[in-house]
Amino acid sequence: MYQYDEFDTRLTNERIGEYRDQVARRVTGDLDEDNFRNLRLRNGLYMQLHAYMLRVAIPYGLMSSDQLRKLAFIARTYDKDYGHFTTRQNLQYNWPELEDTPDILAHLAEVDMSAIQTSGNVNRNVTADAFAGVARDEIEDPRPYCEIVRQFLTLNPEFSWLPRKFKIAVSAAAEDRAATTVHDIGLLLIHNAAGDTGFRVLVGGGLGRSPFLGKVLRLFLPKDDLLPYIQAILRVYNMEGRRDNIFKARIKILVHELGIERFKDKVEAEFEASAGDPLFIGTEEEARIKAQFAAPPYRALDEYDPGHEALLRENPAFAQWATHNLAAHKQAGYAIVNLPLKPIGGIPGDVSADQMDFIAGLADTYSFGELRATHRQNLVLADVAKSDLYSLWQALDDAGLAPANLDRITDIICCPGMDYCSLATARSIPIAQRISERFADQERQDLIGELKLNISGCINACGHHHIGHIGLLGVEKNGEEFYQITVGGSGARDADIGRIIGPAFASEDVVDAVETLVDTYLDIRAPGERFLDTLRRIGSEPFKERLYATD
Amino acid sequence: MPLIKDGAVRADGWIYLGDDDDPADGQSVIIDYARWHAGDAAIAGHNGPLGIRMRSDQAPELIKDDLGRFDVIALEFLGIADGRSFSHARILRDRMGYGGELRAVGGVLEDQIFFMRRCGIDAFELDPGRDIGRAMAALTQFSAPYQASSDGLEPATSRRHSGR
Repeated sequence: MYQYDEFDTRLTNERIGEYRDQVARRVTGDLDEDNFRNLRLRNGLYMQLHAYMLRVAIPYGLMSSDQLRKLAFIARTYDKDYGHFTTRQNLQYNWPELEDTPDILAHLAEVDMSAIQTSGNVNRNVTADAFAGVARDEIEDPRPYCEIVRQFLTLNPEFSWLPRKFKIAVSAAAEDRAATTVHDIGLLLIHNAAGDTGFRVLVGGGLGRSPFLGKVLRLFLPKDDLLPYIQAILRVYNMEGRRDNIFKARIKILVHELGIERFKDKVEAEFEASAGDPLFIGTEEEARIKAQFAAPPYRALDEYDPGHEALLRENPAFAQWATHNLAAHKQAGYAIVNLPLKPIGGIPGDVSADQMDFIAGLADTYSFGELRATHRQNLVLADVAKSDLYSLWQALDDAGLAPANLDRITDIICCPGMDYCSLATARSIPIAQRISERFADQERQDLIGELKLNISGCINACGHHHIGHIGLLGVEKNGEEFYQITVGGSGARDADIGRIIGPAFASEDVVDAVETLVDTYLDIRAPGERFLDTLRRIGSEPFKERLYATD
Repeated sequence: MPLIKDGAVRADGWIYLGDDDDPADGQSVIIDYARWHAGDAAIAGHNGPLGIRMRSDQAPELIKDDLGRFDVIALEFLGIADGRSFSHARILRDRMGYGGELRAVGGVLEDQIFFMRRCGIDAFELDPGRDIGRAMAALTQFSAPYQASSDGLEPATSRRHSGR
């Protein structure tokens, strides 16, 4: 993975020095709250309902065991012994003290981490397929390009004060595990007919109160043009994006109002006019960065491991975990191991400091000391030899970290909601916990199969409810919490924005409503169909009838 | 108002000309874009140095054919969050080849000066009461930025290989 050199370290430390000074100036009153807010946000610090929240970037979701141990140390020393993994592969602390935050950032810098641009109207953490570099369905490792984009947009002098936040996601695989269609820019690494590497560029996707799927801006952009082209997009957005209304300031609105053709004309004209800008990353630098993503020293193994197969036959619980949580690895004899952070009744994405240390140890023992955070608020050990899977599973199982529920109805994406967030209009965590408990039975989860359930506590949609097969949106009506249900959404290759099925449900009724949807699906599905397939085949009417039936 | 120019505190030899005032002979005056656009005879006949002040919603495109007439272009920064002038500065420098003074005006915050400088701005008009020492220090806040920009600073991505 990418290691800081003297330049990365110097930049990070100079940024911390600047921020430390800004905190001091806020305390003395030299900086007013509005200016300080804008500056602290760009260093990852939010003000929530009860306290500050610090969001730490995990660039494209990739981290080392030492980094995770540092995150555990910070949780223990400066917070309340836990952290929360987000849909954008970041980690949030919910209880830091303002005065401690410069020191926290200094601890992060010791392990090549930062909170730079995890918030504010600026480019955020570049996210990627959590299986990048190891997925069998991938054509080329996209992470070097993620790192190149990260550097280009970190403290970029021109694009640090955009109309609104900006999010880029990158994938190079057949499956879209990074939700690239609902990002401001979605980059799909592809090869053209001549075998050259490039990107399909999507623009203007996003969720929030006006959800849009990204539109194709370029079918094939040669890789050497990546930075100039991103510069062109951001320049058009920076100059022409709306600044009069915060709800219309995202690039998706500019693209929508101009229409993709006119937007494209502007970007292409800008791209052409800035030809010759010294932005090409350069072959030496590209090679330097690529070298840091070289494959780990895999052992030469057979794809078929008879010992592993025997253990699967002998131990049904292990087999069940393996069936749900493993994914195909490009290297023979290895597997990608998913660690869902979704214990029954737990808070999606929350991990205690002790669990972080424990998982870091497992990464050292079983996966070359690296791990990834996923878009679905889970973790991944990406490089585990099949012969090690059984002992890894035993260790996870002993620690209560082996739920066999990846992509099942209890593998819920959930925003912090009104338990933490000042924007929230309803709680989301307790709803996730109740749904998880209702569907705790493993057999029933397996019967239901893949079902992605996402919960947001307000219209800003941090819980990505629009792209859940079932999405719940918490709203407030006359001082009470209600939940609007959308169905048919997806953030994967079959991406779509879910549609509201009918009137919202009161908090005490919403879990029953979800169960009714699931039972309806089980009654009417064709063999092999997922919930989403059935819904898309026959439409939402049968679901709606059952949901709103009056006895 | 205190002015930092080319990395030093300097006396400001320019005045902003009121919309109804005419410039004196040889006087260095800055006018609003609107007055320039209206084609005022007193401005057209002015025999001294001329500057123009552009709001952040007035793109460089509007004056691209007149750049040779201006010794100063003053770009407004309307509060910390309005980032349009950063792009305008870069376009004026890199694309339109403007070589005169590019001045940041409006609410110039020390915390943005380094980025302004990188976008080609070489003069900073500070509000009275701002800390000039801090503003000067901000010019060199970061010693190894990642990107090439309009200030010609060699970026880290290139210094890694040039040994500098």
